[in-house]
Amino acid sequence: MSTFDTPIGRALTERKTVKAGFRLSRPARATLLPYLVPVAIIAFWQLGCSVGWISSRIMPSPADVARAFWSTTLTGQLPHDILVSAARAFGGLLVGGSIGFLLGIANGVSKVSEQLTDTTLQMLRTIPHLAMIPLVILWFGIGEESKLFLTSLGVLFPVYLNTYHGVRNVDRDLIEMGRVYGMGSWTLFRKVIFPGALPSIFVGLRYALGIMWLTLIVSESIAASSGIGHMANNAREFMMTDVVVLALVIYALLGKLADVVARALERRALRWNPVYQK
Amino acid sequence: MTIVAHERFQSPADAPDYEIDRVNPVGAGAAAITLKGLEKSFGGNRVLRGINLHIPAGQFVAVIGKSGCGKSTLLRILMGLDAPTAGELHFEDAAGTDTQANARIVFQEPRLLPWLSVAENVVVGLGDKIDKRVALRGAEAALSEVQLSEKTGDWPSQLSGGQRQRVALARALVSKPGVLALDEPLGALDALTRISMQELLNRVWRELGFTAVLVTHDVSEAVHLADRVIVLDEGRVALDLAIPHPHPRRHGNADLAELEGRLLAAILGSDGGH
Repeated sequence: MSTFDTPIGRALTERKTVKAGFRLSRPARATLLPYLVPVAIIAFWQLGCSVGWISSRIMPSPADVARAFWSTTLTGQLPHDILVSAARAFGGLLVGGSIGFLLGIANGVSKVSEQLTDTTLQMLRTIPHLAMIPLVILWFGIGEESKLFLTSLGVLFPVYLNTYHGVRNVDRDLIEMGRVYGMGSWTLFRKVIFPGALPSIFVGLRYALGIMWLTLIVSESIAASSGIGHMANNAREFMMTDVVVLALVIYALLGKLADVVARALERRALRWNPVYQK
Repeated sequence: MTIVAHERFQSPADAPDYEIDRVNPVGAGAAAITLKGLEKSFGGNRVLRGINLHIPAGQFVAVIGKSGCGKSTLLRILMGLDAPTAGELHFEDAAGTDTQANARIVFQEPRLLPWLSVAENVVVGLGDKIDKRVALRGAEAALSEVQLSEKTGDWPSQLSGGQRQRVALARALVSKPGVLALDEPLGALDALTRISMQELLNRVWRELGFTAVLVTHDVSEAVHLADRVIVLDEGRVALDLAIPHPHPRRHGNADLAELEGRLLAAILGSDGGH
């Protein structure tokens, strides 16, 4: 794909592909191109393992990982662990995200609320939430509460900060227009403030998704009796590198999936924005 | 909205000196505005220093003056966006009711909500107590008034600057306001678009007969559109000039050009007698 999407650039690249005798339609190329690098990496990885450059004790081959996937799926261990982990992740997102969202809206709209809580939140934000793990284990043990607490805490701040920032940055002129046109507080919020803050809220959501997986991996590796993190940690004790790598792959896929869903929601909700129009 | 029958003068020579309010059709809901000793200070800065004005229902008034003369502040007070420091302000329609809440404003920028379609933006002008389908039908009527019927489903970002300002005008007119305030509404448009917007403004004003208060720094626009031009200088009315020519007016009319010259002299004159 040419860097500069001009008619001339397009004509040049098109002519080049014709010369090479290989031609893909532009949309097909755009869909396939992002997968080229991952596929190449896996191919070289498999080659390295098959030829014997890489010891299987250090790194299993992609085929081994696929076999591990198949066997753990057959025993039902993998689906169960994925469900447990996903439930924890989205439970934390729901709790922490809601608290962050509500605080962000409240502090963006109300001066009193902002003066009351913003300083405290900004102070708490600077504590790395994973530093709470020892305390959380003392409080909740290794049960579900500890994971829920940590993920909630992790996602709360990015959602809070971006919601607050979004509400504060809604065009003052539009709010004034709404007032002149007789909008009440609720209508003003629904029609002007919330849609105006939405782009920023989505930035917070996607950032929170990253933190959500990170927190979950760490807390499941340290203190859990189920979930993908626990599966990986358990496999480590038996030197089952294939299962460890499988856990990493699953995390990558889940993370990507969550991001794809968030992006789709974003595109749907912000379709008025020229950036999201085709 | 019914329009009260009126006499249209055939030429400026037929016009009486100052009975401007009879020159034009007066809309049923049009309100008269009275200002008595209106003052506004920001801190120690006296922006308006005692404005006394009576604007009859249905009149088109242009307020001009140099930047900082207080014309925008005057408009904000009329719209209830700022409270006057002293003085009185009355809106009164033919039935004698206070209709300030029914007044509408078009800003210099369109101020459309980018996440609502063109039609939904116009619906904003009707408030939220109205049935949605009735509101949409009203919006479509208002959009056809400003010749944008085919754009109802578009996003504001898909329109040109002039089209956006027409949507803003439709939003202001959809509730059939008694008073329409215009805060340099054409200031950000290019010259040709501005001329066609002036024709549009003039036409809808003649059809609907609301009271119009236009704040502008464009003297020729003021002379072209208004029945009466008020020059503000340092927070006071420096000149109150009737423009008794029939509407619609042609650009390049010699009488209007002469009035334009007088007004320019009045505005610049306070600078030190150029």
